[in-house]
Amino acid sequence: MNRPDAAEGGNRDRNAGMLRAQERREEWGLLSLAAPALLVIVLVILIPVGWLFYLSFIGGDGQFSLEHYRKMVEYKSYARTFATTFEVSILTTGICILLGYPLAYFLALLPPRWAGIFMLAVLLPFWTSLLVRTYAWLVLLQRKGMLNEFAIHIGLWDSPVKLVHNMTGTLIGMAHIMLPFLVLPLYSAMKKIDRDMMHAAANLGASPATAFRQVYLPLSLSGMVAGSLIVFILCLGFYVTPAVLGGGRVIMVSTQITAILENQFDWGAASALGVVLLVATLLVLYIAARFFKFDAALFGKG
Amino acid sequence: MNWWTTPASDTQVTHGDRFWLYVVAVIIMLLLVIPTFIVIPMSFSGSQYLEFPPNEWSTRWYGEYFGSAKWMRATVTSLQVGVLTMLVATPLGTMAAYALFASGHRATRAFFMLLITPMIVPVILVAIGAFYAFGRVGLNNSISGLVLAHTAMATPLVIIVITAALRSYDLNQERVARSLGATRLKAFFQITLPQIRFSVVTAALLSFLTSFDEVIIAIFVSGGANATLTKHMFSSLRDFIDPTIAAISTIMVIVSSVLLLLTQFLGRRGK
Amino acid sequence: MTNSESNGAASTALPIHIQGLTKRYGKLHALDAVDLDIRSGEFLTLLGPSGSGKTTLLMAIAGFNRPDAGSIRFGDEEVILKPPHKRDVGMVFQSYALFPHMSVAGNIAFPLKLRGVSEKECAERVNEALETVQLSGLGERGIDQLSGGQRQRVALARAFVFRPRILLMDEPLSALDKKLRERMQIELKHLHRQLGVTTVYVTHDQREALTMSDRIAVINHGRLAQVDTPEAIYNHPANAFVADFIGESTMVPLSRDASGSLSFAGQRITDKAYEDTAEGWSLVVRPERLFLADTAGVDPEKTAVFDVTVRESVFQGETAFVLVDIGDDTELALRFGTGSAEATGGLKPGDRARVGLLREDAIVIPRERQP
Repeated sequence: MNRPDAAEGGNRDRNAGMLRAQERREEWGLLSLAAPALLVIVLVILIPVGWLFYLSFIGGDGQFSLEHYRKMVEYKSYARTFATTFEVSILTTGICILLGYPLAYFLALLPPRWAGIFMLAVLLPFWTSLLVRTYAWLVLLQRKGMLNEFAIHIGLWDSPVKLVHNMTGTLIGMAHIMLPFLVLPLYSAMKKIDRDMMHAAANLGASPATAFRQVYLPLSLSGMVAGSLIVFILCLGFYVTPAVLGGGRVIMVSTQITAILENQFDWGAASALGVVLLVATLLVLYIAARFFKFDAALFGKG
Repeated sequence: MNWWTTPASDTQVTHGDRFWLYVVAVIIMLLLVIPTFIVIPMSFSGSQYLEFPPNEWSTRWYGEYFGSAKWMRATVTSLQVGVLTMLVATPLGTMAAYALFASGHRATRAFFMLLITPMIVPVILVAIGAFYAFGRVGLNNSISGLVLAHTAMATPLVIIVITAALRSYDLNQERVARSLGATRLKAFFQITLPQIRFSVVTAALLSFLTSFDEVIIAIFVSGGANATLTKHMFSSLRDFIDPTIAAISTIMVIVSSVLLLLTQFLGRRGK
Repeated sequence: MTNSESNGAASTALPIHIQGLTKRYGKLHALDAVDLDIRSGEFLTLLGPSGSGKTTLLMAIAGFNRPDAGSIRFGDEEVILKPPHKRDVGMVFQSYALFPHMSVAGNIAFPLKLRGVSEKECAERVNEALETVQLSGLGERGIDQLSGGQRQRVALARAFVFRPRILLMDEPLSALDKKLRERMQIELKHLHRQLGVTTVYVTHDQREALTMSDRIAVINHGRLAQVDTPEAIYNHPANAFVADFIGESTMVPLSRDASGSLSFAGQRITDKAYEDTAEGWSLVVRPERLFLADTAGVDPEKTAVFDVTVRESVFQGETAFVLVDIGDDTELALRFGTGSAEATGGLKPGDRARVGLLREDAIVIPRERQP
């Protein structure tokens, strides 16, 4: 009934060695199921990116050098590229929050049946090729596009306004592509808010507006942070939309990387830019992780 | 009492009070949906220039598309790569998700973080990295190289979808099956898999679309006879606006919509 | 696989011998060198608070939880390294874990099909099992068409249909409402007698354990606190934990009176001799063993009588509950049946009364430092 006394001490380690061995075998057997997936990611992501990392430190003479990074500090064009990248990312994230919050709130208020139907409006763009959507915006926003014609028709402006091949077009297209990435995690965070919280707030004397501001908004913040984070880091590395809708006037890091490769075939310079972009992304993630618990919401978007 | 003054919430906020929210939300939803579908009427325009609404209707751009050897070959390549990616990424991701979910090992978190790196690393970096590395081993412009790269991009999505499904699944069922005499493998195939099958199908469709719609890696890694549809579309977009793209886009939108509705239907069946 | 050919109604029951079973989670000892012999065919309940290690022990027997060390034998056979599917142990989970993609019959036939039982015999045995759990004719139902109680029965049928030598149950009744739970307790006990299979049952509900078990193993902090029959556990708890966890009780410290006997509030409470120890002794008082000494014929030779002040008197249906103060702010609880009006004595807070305890009812346990 009690522990065996010292004389039976050997009994206490009975089978311990074999049990440990079996445990290890089972654990590794199970983890080995993840090995093929891991292998693909090592082959496609880790090794090549590591290789680029190495290349970024090799100068034109084949020796170790920091010249690519030095150039990035010295040349104004690089600074401008990074400034543009962050500007576009921040503005896109801001627009997405502005549009996404009311939309997610609206969807979260609906009874499940209706929410499922209206949710299609968010999911459909999400599932549609971003190239197709970028193309659609290109057509809609061009000089003789639908938007200009419509605006002139109802008298908003008199002559066609330049809406595309510039920052405006880029932001419109990017916001459209990124919006679902914000709405989905935000919506799922909002659905998790216990209705009784709002009842309790009302019961304690809060007006609907106050209850929203002091209870609902803070509780939905985790989802908003998660969504904004996804949008922001996706924006940092975005290529297609700025390339097409920016028309060469919005140079983001990714656009510059391809330009360097296409024009100068300078792998070192392109890699160095890529490495800085990756570090910036990781830094943003790290800072966000320090301040917010976004883990669950980030990966729960299904 | 009409709809306007009916309480919309348990705290007596009426629909009237919320009407502004409904209006704003509907406008945003229209902004989301219209650009997705606008390509459909445009693709039936008879003119070189994309106008809306079209002055004359025609199917000439569909003719251009189906009549062009270049577009047809690219379409076949994209479909091939998409299906192969789906066939590889779905089992790989499902296996990994199951392993990480069922194992209590300390390393699972680190493994999980490793497995979702493709979602964190900027795609442009993946693209040029793969381009450089594949160049060394002769995988550029090949179907297998593209499938490999797209599998890396699709696997994390599969892992996330399957992990979510496993979370809402009672793993005790597998335990019970094992206590009743089933091996772990049998328990997985007879008990667990049938119950997460809708999520597996969703994950498969997602990985197909991930590959089929992927642009940046395809721009770098695919080429020659094995250039994908998206690669050709992208170069056509940058150079001049070819209305054939509207026809192709229409087909792509329809394919996405059908697949999406399929997953929604499956999701409802799954509950 | 092993005994599917046997056609007898009762399975071949097996004893379980557990020795030195140890399981650590980090620094926490979920199981601390547990030794336990479960007899062939008995109904043994593992009873303990949550986190005591009872489920860990059950899962170790089933093979779902690999211990760090120790031995588990079914009869003469060491099973500790055997995978669960080779242990031939029926198991009922708290969540039932019925397979929702199979019918009731499909669920019950699952272990039979794995054992290669023929289609015809399979059907017969499924029907037989359904009959045993009183669900005849519901075989084609889907799982989602069943009530909670019916699901419980299907899980049970599935666990014994392949005639396992051992049946394990992890709080199988906790999801049911009180009335149904009490009925199922009796049914389970009846079923156990019918099947004769060695059964290990986990619960945190002491009343359930008392109702159903042949023996109860009380477990706390990964160690067995006491293993005995329900009567013995209730009447002769071995230590403060068991006395406190099972049944209602008040625990008070005892001192020596002039004659050297153990006494409480100046009253000798036991005739037996207890050695002097450093910790001393405590008295465990079960509320229903106290009675009002005014109203009963009291034999002073056999009874300890205390003068008390009533603090609170509560009517609770079949019983009444009275809290009295014995001085020094020491409270005792009494419980009376409400059948006779005199039992409660119409006690009101502030009333003076005399309370008796038969010396043979006194439970004396070694004192422990109170948490």
